[in-house]
Formats: sequence, C-alpha cells, structure tokens
Amino acid sequence: MSGLVTILRRDLALASRRGSEASLALMFFVLGTVLFPLGIGPDPNMLARAGAGLLWVMALLASLLSIEKLFQADWEDGSLDLLVLSGLPLAGIVLAKTAAHWLVTSLPMAVASPLLALLLNVDAKGVAALSLALLLGTPTLSLIGAVGAALTVGARRGGVLLTLLVLPLYIPVLIFGAGAAESAVAAQGARAHLLVLAAFLLAALPLCPWAAGAALRQSVE
Amino acid sequence: MFEGRDLACLRGERLVFGGVDFALSAGDALLVTGANGSGKSSLLRVMAGLLRPVTGTLHWRGQAVAEDREGFAAELRYVGHLDAIKPVLTVAENLAFWARLAGQGPDAVARGLEALGIGHLAGLPARVLSAGQRRRLGLARLIAAPAPLWLLDEPTVALDTASVAAVEAAIAEHRASGGIAVVSTNAPVSLPEARRLVMDEAEPVETVADGW
Repeated sequence: MSGLVTILRRDLALASRRGSEASLALMFFVLGTVLFPLGIGPDPNMLARAGAGLLWVMALLASLLSIEKLFQADWEDGSLDLLVLSGLPLAGIVLAKTAAHWLVTSLPMAVASPLLALLLNVDAKGVAALSLALLLGTPTLSLIGAVGAALTVGARRGGVLLTLLVLPLYIPVLIFGAGAAESAVAAQGARAHLLVLAAFLLAALPLCPWAAGAALRQSVE
Repeated sequence: MFEGRDLACLRGERLVFGGVDFALSAGDALLVTGANGSGKSSLLRVMAGLLRPVTGTLHWRGQAVAEDREGFAAELRYVGHLDAIKPVLTVAENLAFWARLAGQGPDAVARGLEALGIGHLAGLPARVLSAGQRRRLGLARLIAAPAPLWLLDEPTVALDTASVAAVEAAIAEHRASGGIAVVSTNAPVSLPEARRLVMDEAEPVETVADGW
C-alpha cells in the first residue's frame, strides 16, 4: 500500500514540476467550451439545452487527450521496466498512476464546470447534478483510458489506435453523465443517472487496473 | 540459488539465443560476453522476468520464477540500458523514489549517492547530469535499495575509470555478503573468480537492435 502511495506522490510531483501538461487538459476544456457560443450562436435557450452535453463531450475529449501519455514517459526512460520489477502488483501500479492522472486533469475540470455551466446558461437546477456527474464519471473515463494507454504504449501512432479503442467504451458514461443534468433540469431528479455512473465506476475500479496491468506486462516484453 | 536451464529467447521470428544454462550460488558472479546483437541484453531481461523465454525454466531459491514473478522481482535489481531518471526531479529525489519503493528510508539515498561518488550533486535537477553521472545515478539504486540478485546490463558504459573501480568494489562487497551479480559487458570489468557465459553468434543479427 505504501508503495502505491509513493507512486501516486511521485506522479503528482512530476505533474506539478512540469506544470504545462497538467494545465493543458484544463485549458483545452475551458477554451473549447468558450468557443461553442461563438460557433453555434449566442441564443441563450439553445446554449442552455446543449450546455451539459457540450461540457461532457469536452471533458471526455480532454481526458482522452491526456491519458495517452499515462505510461509513455515511464516507458521511454526505462522506469516502466523498474516499476514492473518493483514487486508491487501491476494492477496497483496502474491504479496509482490513474489516480494521479485523474487528480491532475479531471478533478480541476469538475471543479471548473459550474462556472462554465453558468456561462452556457445551463439551468441552475442542473449545475449541481452536472458537477456531481463529472466527479463520478471522469474516474471511469480515466480507468478505461488507462487500459487503452497500456495496450498502445510503445506503439507507433498509438494515439489514433487509443482513440479507436477507447472512445466507444466512453459512450455509456457520456450518455448517463449528460443525462444527469438534463433530468435534473426537467425536475425528474438526477439520482438514477448518478447511481448508474457510480455503478460504472465500481465495475471499472477492479476490472480496468487488472486488464491494464496485464497489458503492461506485454508491452515491456 | 539462481538457475536457468535450456533458456531460449525469440524476438519476432528470430531466435536470439537458445540452450543457455547457468547455475549460480550465493557469492557468485556471472560475466556475460558476446558480440553486439548476440542476445546479452535479452538474456538479462529474461533473467529479470521481463521477457518470457520460449523454452527453458528459471529457478530462484529452488522455486520456479514463473510461479511467483512478483516475489522474485522484489529480490532483484535490474540496471538496463535506460537509467529511469526523471529530468525534472533532483538527483536525490530520483533515487529516493526507488529507495522508498523498496522500503528504504532517507539515509539509504545518501549512502547510494556517496558510494557512486555523486553525493555532491544531490540537490541538482537530474537534467543537468552528464551521461556518466546519469549512469552512476542509475547504479546508485543498487546500494540504496539492496537486493540479493543484481542484473547489470553494460554497467560501465560511459563511466570513467574511478567510477568503474567503484562499481567493481560495490559488486565485490555485494558478493562478499552473499549476493549474486550477473554482469553483461564488452568492456573489461574485473570480477574475480566469475563464471563466464559467452553468447555464441549462430544467427544473423542485422534485424534486431540489442535489447529490444
């Protein structure tokens, strides 16, 4: 357990030293969202209707964009070999690195989402549901992405392959995530959607690190 | 204590090596030599459990390595071609991570850096290190996080003569305390009473880079 905390802390330290990589995902999320009213017009009603979905798609793309690098640097400098040889379970290593990735990229997005939701004129009733849904849904995205990243680490044009592998698996999270805010606005309550998102997370939490660990063992060969 | 029987390694469709046998007991050293591309690095990766041999078995303390990869991994230190150094962290932070992962305290870091003569660089970011200093930082893991089995792939590349002597002294001390060292090298490294393994070169080698 302490070994996994050590890995988590190292990845957080690396992210804070590099800086730019961590803020890149958040910048992409914020700037991309701000561009939408310019593209589809400033009609408040249209933005209010599309807002939650827009934010979810942007969060999903920002997560995908950054997860590609999850194991890349460690693979390139030989750290991945040593992590595999550390004697720690591979699934635990994946979990620690994925947790660090989520804390650095997706958590700031969830925190920034209420502000952007107001910017897009999303009904105030839906804002809380939207942020909660992002908090529950984005860890699942990171975990699924980690499997793709482990499978494609070291592959040429891994990014394209990763997108093709992972994007279809993101769709259920997107549907229920965006649906949460919509049904909250329609006064039906977001409880059902949030529970489904929580179920996705509980399923992904043991399965994805295990699968990604097996893929990592292949990729160091 | 550490045995391999009839090991063979396949990369792509090419047989890198086959029929490799060795048996090492506590205090032994194995010197692996051979031309570039003869499979020295692949052999060390097989020994570490990073590569699966297509035939043959590895035994550690009488138990098959394949049965308990993680337990075996915790007892070995592998130093490959890459030094696993993060340029944005300081020299001490780089080493401290691997030491902490092996359950060692902060004093182990100072011990490792001193043994390889880079104690004065501890506070510098690792990106300013020269190739030889990076190598020494990679090797410092051996001292900072002790383990009974050392697998060293070309450990003396880029090192000056004083550092080569430091590495030789570290290996000698490791063996004296009952450790095992496997060293692949083309440079002269003094390993008294080491067993030798010469990788023969029966196969054409132009397609595969050493080590991958």
